[in-house]
Amino acid sequence: MFSDWPLLSLVIWIPILGGILVLVTGSDKQAPLARLTALFWSVVTFLISIPLYTGFDTDTAAMQFTERHEWIGSWDIFYHLGVDGISMPLILLTTFITVLVVIAGWEVIKERVAQYMSAFLIMEGLMNGVFASLDSALFYVFWEAMLIPMFIIIGVWGGQNRIYATIKFFLYTFFGSVFMLVALLYLYFQTGSFAILDFHQQPLGMTPQILIFLAFLIAFAVKVPMWPVHTWLPDAHVEAPTGGSVILAAIMLKLGAYGFLRFSLPITPDASQELAWLMITLSLIAVVYIGFVALVQQDMKKLIAYSSISHMGFVTLGFFIAWQIYDNTGSYSGAAMGISGGIVQMISHGFVSGALFLCVGVMYDRMHSRQISDYGGVVNTMPVFAAFMVLFAMANAGLPGTSGFVGEFMVILSSFKANFWYAFLAALTLILGAAYTLWMVKRVIFGTVANDNVAALQDIGRREFLILAILAVAVLTLGIWPAPLLEVMDASVENLLLHMTQSKVIQ
Amino acid sequence: MNNMENVYLWTVLAPLIGAIIAGLFGKRVGRAGAHWVTIIGVAVAFVLSAITFKHMVIDGAEVYNASVYTWMVSEGIRFEIGFLIDNLTAMMMVVVTFVSLMVHIYTVGYMHEDPGYQRFFSYISLFTFSMLMLVMANNFLQLFFGWEAVGLVSYLLIGFWYTRDTAIYANLKAFLVNRVGDFGFLLGIAAVLMYFGSLDYATVFGQVEQVDGQTITLFGDNAWSVITVICILLFIGAMGKSAQVPLHVWLPDSMEGPTPISALIHAATMVTAGIFMVARMSPLFEFSETALTVVLVIGAITALFMGFLGLVQNDIKRVVAYSTLSQLGYMTVALGASAYAAGIFHLMTHAFFKALLFLAAGSVIIAMHHEQDMRKMGGLRKYMPITWITSLIGSLALIGTPLFAGFYSKDSIIEAVAHSQIAGSGFAYFAVLTGVFVTALYSFRMYFLVFHGKERMDEHTRSHLHETPPVVTIPLILLAIPSVIIGAIFMGDMIAGDFFREAIFVLPEHDALGEWAADFHGWWAMALHAFVTWPFWLAAAGVFTAWFLYMKRPEIPGRIQARFQWLHTLLDNKYYADRFNEIVFAGGGRQLGQKLWRIGDVKLIDGLAVNGSAALVGWFAGRIRHIQTGYLFHYAFAMIIGVVVLLGLFVFLNQ
Repeated sequence: MFSDWPLLSLVIWIPILGGILVLVTGSDKQAPLARLTALFWSVVTFLISIPLYTGFDTDTAAMQFTERHEWIGSWDIFYHLGVDGISMPLILLTTFITVLVVIAGWEVIKERVAQYMSAFLIMEGLMNGVFASLDSALFYVFWEAMLIPMFIIIGVWGGQNRIYATIKFFLYTFFGSVFMLVALLYLYFQTGSFAILDFHQQPLGMTPQILIFLAFLIAFAVKVPMWPVHTWLPDAHVEAPTGGSVILAAIMLKLGAYGFLRFSLPITPDASQELAWLMITLSLIAVVYIGFVALVQQDMKKLIAYSSISHMGFVTLGFFIAWQIYDNTGSYSGAAMGISGGIVQMISHGFVSGALFLCVGVMYDRMHSRQISDYGGVVNTMPVFAAFMVLFAMANAGLPGTSGFVGEFMVILSSFKANFWYAFLAALTLILGAAYTLWMVKRVIFGTVANDNVAALQDIGRREFLILAILAVAVLTLGIWPAPLLEVMDASVENLLLHMTQSKVIQ
Repeated sequence: MNNMENVYLWTVLAPLIGAIIAGLFGKRVGRAGAHWVTIIGVAVAFVLSAITFKHMVIDGAEVYNASVYTWMVSEGIRFEIGFLIDNLTAMMMVVVTFVSLMVHIYTVGYMHEDPGYQRFFSYISLFTFSMLMLVMANNFLQLFFGWEAVGLVSYLLIGFWYTRDTAIYANLKAFLVNRVGDFGFLLGIAAVLMYFGSLDYATVFGQVEQVDGQTITLFGDNAWSVITVICILLFIGAMGKSAQVPLHVWLPDSMEGPTPISALIHAATMVTAGIFMVARMSPLFEFSETALTVVLVIGAITALFMGFLGLVQNDIKRVVAYSTLSQLGYMTVALGASAYAAGIFHLMTHAFFKALLFLAAGSVIIAMHHEQDMRKMGGLRKYMPITWITSLIGSLALIGTPLFAGFYSKDSIIEAVAHSQIAGSGFAYFAVLTGVFVTALYSFRMYFLVFHGKERMDEHTRSHLHETPPVVTIPLILLAIPSVIIGAIFMGDMIAGDFFREAIFVLPEHDALGEWAADFHGWWAMALHAFVTWPFWLAAAGVFTAWFLYMKRPEIPGRIQARFQWLHTLLDNKYYADRFNEIVFAGGGRQLGQKLWRIGDVKLIDGLAVNGSAALVGWFAGRIRHIQTGYLFHYAFAMIIGVVVLLGLFVFLNQ
């Protein structure tokens, strides 16, 4: 019944219009109304996104639920939407997480409630726009516009150092985007179109490929973020309100990784192959180096932020391992598993890091501190919360049966085929991830009650329980039965690999 | 057949359901509800395991190997969750569920005052589920799932008393050390997938001969046999879980957990997962003599040197813990000598008598009001007759007294090593033989210190001493029975017969055990023959020495200690392994992290690169500061709305 609805337009515009409606509720006197309106629209958006999954044809790599209208005719710019097995799960992740974020901010945000809620709704629409765009100009508009609500969220509802963090965040990401714009314009002049799928077919010489690849790399690497352009992330997380951190970690980081899949790999396969060594090196540095850095963090949010960077290293490692596998074994068998593993890791990290930031938020709301040393023995006063925290910590440490295991497992299996030492370094996360996560749990959750503030803690209420329980179910479901997610992306990943393995260099 | 499928499924589900009810609805079902639901769950699993055992072993049914559900499919490779049920699995299922059931019952008494009662039952049932998933797996993925899941429960249970600093230190340490093992294990699994194209046991084992001979280069140009690399990587996993040197350091500390789990997890079942795994992988290990040598030597080192440490411990649980380490070393030695059957046989007998010894130690600890120092015990036999007799039975079984369970399994190992041709078997033979003396010495040192001699406890404790309640003593008795008879019953089948059928594979040229077992003439004859072999006299000498040192002339140990102070310091510090890890790995890791963060991130990237463009940032900051006066978000919203209107307008106009 939904098949002829413009579902993608709806998941973009309903939250944006809903956000504007929330804004209209005005001052904080109307805060309850603002909250309810926001919840209503976020739930509606989530429900509308479900047919994207149920109506999805897993047998084809072609774009589905497409919509195409002329937008700026003289420039051949189209309002062109569509999803494949790679972007569809990410849209569902976005609509799902946004509902949780709205609930998470329910009582916590007391000032400028309407603006807060509307910023998240508008950002949801814009992020869905990024994932659904098939026209690169449209993509770019959403990509840039998305920065604004995030900028506001950190800048208005953030911590003490929020101005420094917003500027750092803005500069980093804006700097990256400019290069992407240049690359897109170059591709437009080559193909005469802004359609991303046309870019995929465009033959390109090696030099332009390398330049385009590097331009994209700057834009996407900052977003992922990859070492060494990652230092904005810990600062942004520390200053962002809980909801901002959740969206940042769960979805915005995925946009960078998505960019590699949609742009870099299929448009510049030869350059990707040429520079795969660089990508693999940066990814492994992220996994190992950042793992060590995470170990010594004193601030819980910083620790989870560094852990995010380390986990995202698996994503980029999985994406760029294909050619090394070919060099080592003479076949691409195992490459698709790496890419799929990277995507699974993106989804899983959305759940797990989101959940961990929410957990820190729960504690911060009560104690107004993120310093590990201010805590100790939280389990004594918040046993239910502690159970959730341990579960999500275990998922972060990649325990089988949780979603955190699946992607890392696949990427390690895949990278072993390329080189024993890649797998060796990547697998170090088994030790490092457990070390930094569980050491934090030991110091924060376990032990005797550390001080009077901890002694006075109240366990989580129904609202907090609901959010964490939903995430726990998601984490466990994906860990126990990842098959449905793999099935959705299978055809699209195969198709992507096909693009990656065919040279586009003009002879 | 369909019937049995349900039996297998419910064997794992019953404890899981119990764990979920006790864990999530602990408050609602109450304390009694929690222990009933989990005990029933595990009892069901035990009965079903017994049915499976009868079906497989006694009726000799075909091996069952089928999938339950498909976990995922990637590149056409199916990752399944499924069961492989053969005689090896059936035996493990019975051992796991039986010991677990005993421990569940015992816990009712041991933990009855603990506020975390429901949580405890939930954990041990969850453990039973995980362990069953591990032993019943038909593929490496599920094996790894069970492997890490038992590690998780072990972590939760060691840190069960989470307000104790030592407990939460020990559980973190246990998890991390196990992760070092799992790191190797996972790489091994990745290697299996790469070279065999599947993670299914049957498929992998069916292709060993094609892969045998292939090589992989790791360092420079050195070509390594693929099978060797796979086996060593998998064995690193076993070293973590089964606490082999140098990954043994977590097991003694794991004694911080409540005693029932020391019995269940850290003696009888989980720590033997590594032994089970290597036996399960015998079709792989048989094709790499290098790997077998590694296994043999590591096992021998563990068997001997961990035994020495048992000699100087004063904490009753730690003596049993080091004894466990040493016995795990024996099992590993058996694996290295290709005597997988002997290793598994010892695993089984050890599960009973070591669980017995732990639970008996726990019984002593209850009676002593949670005092664990043996120097404050003595003469307990008068007060606790059941605990005393069952402990004696456990100790006799452990040191390999003829006719007791441990005798048959340990002698099989020693004889197999004696006949083995694998490099390193000479050293291993020396280690396991010396180990017999050491085992007898520390076991009976403990026995005499606790149950005989002067009563060294304070008056208050003495006046309250009495035998523990039946929920504690009945499991002791039920475990004492197999500790006596199980060896004689299964010796003929497991060692001399073909108990494991196709579950265990041994190349003819490695079959030292078979060579020795050809002379087997029944359990009675073997027991009689023992009196003319070295192990018996070594054990007897150990018992005698213990009696002489701790009963007859109790002043001597102090003098020996004073004379050989350096040796005592070395043993007391456990060869400084903990200190080494603390400084090099834990300390080094933190140091490295600090350096990378402070220098790499803060100084170089942020300091040089980011603030190096300070002029640019300053310029931007200057701009932004002007608009950052409260109007910013209004302004930005206006921008978004502008974009929205613009977009909408174009869409609308162009339709």
